[in-house]
Amino acid sequence: MTGRRTESGGLIDRGTTLRFRFDGRAYTGHPGDTLASALLANGVRVLGRSFKYHRPRGVWGAWFDDPNAIFDVALEGNEIPNCPATTTPLVEGMEARVVNAWPSARRDVKGGLDLLHRWLGAGFYYKTFIWPDWHLFEPSIRRMAGLGALDGKEIPDYVADQIHDACDLLVVGGGAAGLAAARAAAEAGQDVVLVEDHPELGGGLYRSGESVEGKARAEWVTEQGATIAKNGGRILTGTTAFGVYDHGLVGLATERGFARAPRLTRMRARRVVMATGALDRPMTFADNDRPGVMSLQAAAEYLTRYGVLVGRRIAVLSNNSAGEAAIEALRAAGAEVTEADPGAGPIRALGGKRLSGVRMGEKRLECDTLLVSSGLTPVVHLWRHAGGKLDWSDEKSAFVPGAAPQGMMAIGAANGTFDLEPALAEARAAALGKPAAPTGNSYSIRPLWPEPGTKGRQWIDFQHDVTLKDVELAARENYISVEHLKRYTTLGMAGDQGKTSNMAGLAAMAAIQGKPIPEVGTTTFRPPFVPVPLELYHGARRGQLLNPLKRLVLEPQHRQAGAALGEYGGWLRPGWYGPKPADQAVRDEVLMARKTAGIFDGSPLGKIEVMGPDAEAFVNFIYYNTIATLQPGHIRYGFMLTESGAIYDDGVIARLGPERFVISCSSAHVDGVEAMLESWRQDGNDPDRLFVHDATQHWATVTVTGPKAREIVGALGLPLDLTRAAFPHMTLRESDFAGSPLRVARVSFTGDVSFELSLRATKAADLWTALIDAGAQHDAGPIGIEALSVLRAEKGFIVVGKDTDGETMPQDLGFGIPRLKKKSAFVGDRGLHTEAANDPNRRQLVGLTAPEGSPTLPTGAHLVTGDRPRSEGIITSSYFSPTLDRPIALALLERGAARQGETVTVWHMGQVRTATVAPPCALDPEGGRLDA
Amino acid sequence: MSKRYSALTLLREGLRGHRGWAPAWHMPDPKPRYDVIVIGGGGHGLATAYYLAKNHGVTNVAVLEKGWLGGGNTGRNTTVIRSNYYYPASTALYDLSVRLYETLSRELNFNIMFSQRGMLVLAHSEPEMEMAARQVNAMQLNGTDAELLNADQVRKRAPLLNFAPDARYPIHGATWQGRAGTARHDAVAWGLARGADQLGVDIIQNCEVTDVITEAGRAVGVATTRGEVRADRIGAAVAGHSSVLAKLAGYTLPIQSYALQAFVSEPLKPVIDTVAFSPAYGTYFSQSDKGGLVIGGGLDRIPSYGQRGNLPVQEDVLGGLIEMAPMLAKVKLLRHWAGIVDVTPDSSPIIGPSEVEGLYVNCGWGTGGFKAIPAGGYLFAHLLATGAHHEISRPFDKARFAGGHLIDEGAASGIAH
Amino acid sequence: MQLFPCPFCGPRDEREFHFAAEAGKTRPDTTGAVSEADWAAYLYDRRNDKGRVREVWMHLPCREVFVMERDSVSMEVLGTTAFRKAGA
Repeated sequence: MTGRRTESGGLIDRGTTLRFRFDGRAYTGHPGDTLASALLANGVRVLGRSFKYHRPRGVWGAWFDDPNAIFDVALEGNEIPNCPATTTPLVEGMEARVVNAWPSARRDVKGGLDLLHRWLGAGFYYKTFIWPDWHLFEPSIRRMAGLGALDGKEIPDYVADQIHDACDLLVVGGGAAGLAAARAAAEAGQDVVLVEDHPELGGGLYRSGESVEGKARAEWVTEQGATIAKNGGRILTGTTAFGVYDHGLVGLATERGFARAPRLTRMRARRVVMATGALDRPMTFADNDRPGVMSLQAAAEYLTRYGVLVGRRIAVLSNNSAGEAAIEALRAAGAEVTEADPGAGPIRALGGKRLSGVRMGEKRLECDTLLVSSGLTPVVHLWRHAGGKLDWSDEKSAFVPGAAPQGMMAIGAANGTFDLEPALAEARAAALGKPAAPTGNSYSIRPLWPEPGTKGRQWIDFQHDVTLKDVELAARENYISVEHLKRYTTLGMAGDQGKTSNMAGLAAMAAIQGKPIPEVGTTTFRPPFVPVPLELYHGARRGQLLNPLKRLVLEPQHRQAGAALGEYGGWLRPGWYGPKPADQAVRDEVLMARKTAGIFDGSPLGKIEVMGPDAEAFVNFIYYNTIATLQPGHIRYGFMLTESGAIYDDGVIARLGPERFVISCSSAHVDGVEAMLESWRQDGNDPDRLFVHDATQHWATVTVTGPKAREIVGALGLPLDLTRAAFPHMTLRESDFAGSPLRVARVSFTGDVSFELSLRATKAADLWTALIDAGAQHDAGPIGIEALSVLRAEKGFIVVGKDTDGETMPQDLGFGIPRLKKKSAFVGDRGLHTEAANDPNRRQLVGLTAPEGSPTLPTGAHLVTGDRPRSEGIITSSYFSPTLDRPIALALLERGAARQGETVTVWHMGQVRTATVAPPCALDPEGGRLDA
Repeated sequence: MSKRYSALTLLREGLRGHRGWAPAWHMPDPKPRYDVIVIGGGGHGLATAYYLAKNHGVTNVAVLEKGWLGGGNTGRNTTVIRSNYYYPASTALYDLSVRLYETLSRELNFNIMFSQRGMLVLAHSEPEMEMAARQVNAMQLNGTDAELLNADQVRKRAPLLNFAPDARYPIHGATWQGRAGTARHDAVAWGLARGADQLGVDIIQNCEVTDVITEAGRAVGVATTRGEVRADRIGAAVAGHSSVLAKLAGYTLPIQSYALQAFVSEPLKPVIDTVAFSPAYGTYFSQSDKGGLVIGGGLDRIPSYGQRGNLPVQEDVLGGLIEMAPMLAKVKLLRHWAGIVDVTPDSSPIIGPSEVEGLYVNCGWGTGGFKAIPAGGYLFAHLLATGAHHEISRPFDKARFAGGHLIDEGAASGIAH
Repeated sequence: MQLFPCPFCGPRDEREFHFAAEAGKTRPDTTGAVSEADWAAYLYDRRNDKGRVREVWMHLPCREVFVMERDSVSMEVLGTTAFRKAGA
């Protein structure tokens, strides 16, 4: 027990006591504590175990720069894995467990692995587990690896808000520089947003001296915050700027409490000022990972922010001037502090789980805590995300911001300006977009980097157990590039993503190669700056709001009729009606449609209007078929192709007048067809003479199909002559119904007499009700899309994408004439004459019949040939036909059109059966029913 | 010097501080002339050099890499290896790759950790189940392993997935390829580099090709940042920059470059043992041996050479992931990155001669180059050594576009690569 | 998240846009003979430049097709032109 709570000070609420547990033991802390600060206050030292060797670890840092203390934390039944102890605010009742150790961080049964460290160095797994087989070893390695455990439970209402925001100036970092910049900008009338990742403002001031510009720290911070707010600036605490993305978008994540998803703000700022501070670097010496060895700056932060004195007998090893205030503060708080010279000889931390001292060359110093600093590293992640450059500063022994990315400036410690006064001057200039005048620099540092060849196990990446020897090994084996070093040793790939390890790693590699550090370079800085919950990216696009379905205007009517609604081509549509099992309901609907009539909601069917003086030439170009000869009032079936000649969509096109067409593309392809029409319209056409308008969702369509269709539509009393002679198949009439224009089309997807009635969606319910009422007189009723699928398959009518694939061309479906005869250019024309298009072995549409008494053929089965079966086709649609009382199927088969009557082998999941090739149309091939 | 890797040498080296390990590869300067130059020190380039030496005895080979080995898409992918394809040509190619991968660790004496823990491709409706059946049948007929699983069988393999009946895309079943899996991507590059180096290949890093030297219309060498290098045949395996090299040399390619993103979470104790892919959610993931969830999805939608990802696709992929496995919502994202991939019109690769004599291309792998590394190298080595296609690579010649013989898996199966 | 300036609607979120093609290609006259090679070059080959590119995009909400010049590495947008005036 070495750490303790001071008598006063810090930002904690000492009047309130919070109880929590760590590794099963009860502790207390205060509001304002993190889990780490509370445990340190309780004298707990061992807060984690390393990933590979299970070495005992204390905390190194006081915020996001700690690689060691990681807990699975539960509160009120909600558990979150891998919470960094140093950034998790303490809450009453928290139950924290160390990750990857059992039963506790202090006594971990796997601690013995450290004895095997000689054989578990960098990349050992690449050199072994080869024989007899990796699969033999992998399962146990997987169990050994990993950190936190997922409890398998969802947290209720764990939903990230996602908002868009904009401002003139985004200041990242609420320390002295950030506050000064935000205040100056706000006072100058800019719309300022200041973000600070701690719950309180002040940032690095909690690691330095007690006064700012003659005012006490807390007073100064409060004054800046108040002034910013008074001038309209917005302050977001608990908010991390985690990434800068293309075109300067900054991602902000705002904490909302334990087990609540953070809020994502997609911030667009005209300018960004980066005031993200600097981090203390670990020092590389033997056993530098012992619990009790920690960052000097962090110790200051624990003291001033949390009122925790991390040790009693403290030794300090620092090569720079930044820690002077920290040392003073620790002494003032009652610690016995001895400063030692880190250059005095090889350093070794002494003791085990409890630090007993430090040896420097021959000299030995007793201590319970060893605070180290080997220099400050500016936090430049956002700068690099945005494409800014870094310069190496010999003077500061660090990478500092160089050439700036567009719209970004760096100030304060993040810019290598470690002195307070110049940082404030820099901040106030940056607020107005100006660079500050250069000033002197009191920061002094004596470079101190890892020394290759020295003795002892010297940690570089603490969490991942990468030591100086590992870096040496990587170099010896020619993994010299920084990326190879990283990937071979896993240096910098831990939870802190190298914040504590990368500089030492680079420096070690530089030293081994005898190169200056900047020549070794850095690895890429990638978002997120700190790990963020995946939910942050999820937000409201969840459940049914993810790719939401399109809804029918008649949905209430369908629900009332007991429809089984399902997703079909992006729409929520009735699959069938009524409570019967699906197959029975579908069969009954098919039989009804064939006997009397079926009434079908076809509203998703495309209704794209093409208008204008150039419309005729345009649709003639778009369609495979010749449309120019289509007369007003008439309808034609046709294909649209891709430029490679494959069928993109099929459907009918109606000509309403000389300059007006309506394209009924298939429901699932409306958006794509419309975009394709627009693209062609604007490519080479005069957009003033040609218009494309998608009215699909403005119009509803109800189809009546079956022998009684004419009577049922007739009951509407439309002023139309519905007789066969007056209103033949493939023609269209315009009328009106219930005050809406009405289009009545005689097209059929079932082979029976059909009337397709389209009108304004607002009047669809009136039409539907009238037709259902009229249908009831004839024992006709609604049918769903499943029945329609059977009805069309009985007739051999295809569904594009189901009965065709990305290779199918019109000639494969028996529509070969335009390919050979159409004179004018059309989309896909050239693609229809490639070598592949002329292949005599193309797959063509056929029907299949199954032998008497055998079950329905499986959709997705292949048609095969040869002893080593080769696929020569696929079954694309297959149903039991209630009308014919036998199975029917459609297939694509090599040379199928010429193989009528042939017996073919059907392969499905290794099972083989036979079928006979037949024409696609199984019902009424003469077409008599169509005009009955 | 310990050159050979084994438990025994590891034991010995452990006792003497690992001071005796030989370099994994040498760092030679380029010679003025080679039999074959391979441009690109990624997986495909290194595999090409390795198989040139091993299968064809062509060892006077240089691999020219502008940066560090495996620094392109080889080191930026989601490490999935599979051959669950629809067309026979694709299966032949990718199954060759899986078979080569199966023995690669032992052959290279380098553990690439190919772990065949299987892959699920989820089907979310009855029509998707029919398409899945079509796919499974095709795979079985093409001679690779495949099973059609129902929802219960999927649940046994990946219980963390969203089996709720009211999920946006409820799980009806899946196709399963048991031989699919993942490998350690960097190790594939390193193992191949070490293998090629041991067979005498010069592996030259930090050597950027700045021009292609042609004489009488024939490519005879390259200018590099480290001098001019000549060879009888030149192979380009520079995914992501295939069009840039094509422009230098004067040939054209049907390729558009896009960023493809990948994501890794913080490490967790094992939660999923297989690769799970949902085309509907647009997301797939697996768990690495280290414990991180490795997550991928579709391409960014904006043509790009910037090796970084953008928020919209991140939201699509990670949002989709959480719908697919809701318990992952509280898991934290550690890092995301992007590679630049060559996308062809049919999403299948191009292997074959370029329009410049003496210069051959291996490109266009789109999102799926990693899984094809051994096969890509094997076939490209054949082409460079003999000047003629291997039977398996012939359908992937660029000539397929003019002939209309596209190999469009996405169009065939509704599932892109 | 990138912002693209639609010539008609102003700067909008990248999600609203669809990349159509590289600018500058003209469809061969298919009423005459077009060789397989010429057709494949038109349909499939790409410049795919690294750096400055000129592309045809559609702004999906307003449906207008326009030409955008941008940098394919830095993602900087250099300008957009209404398709009609661009004559591409």
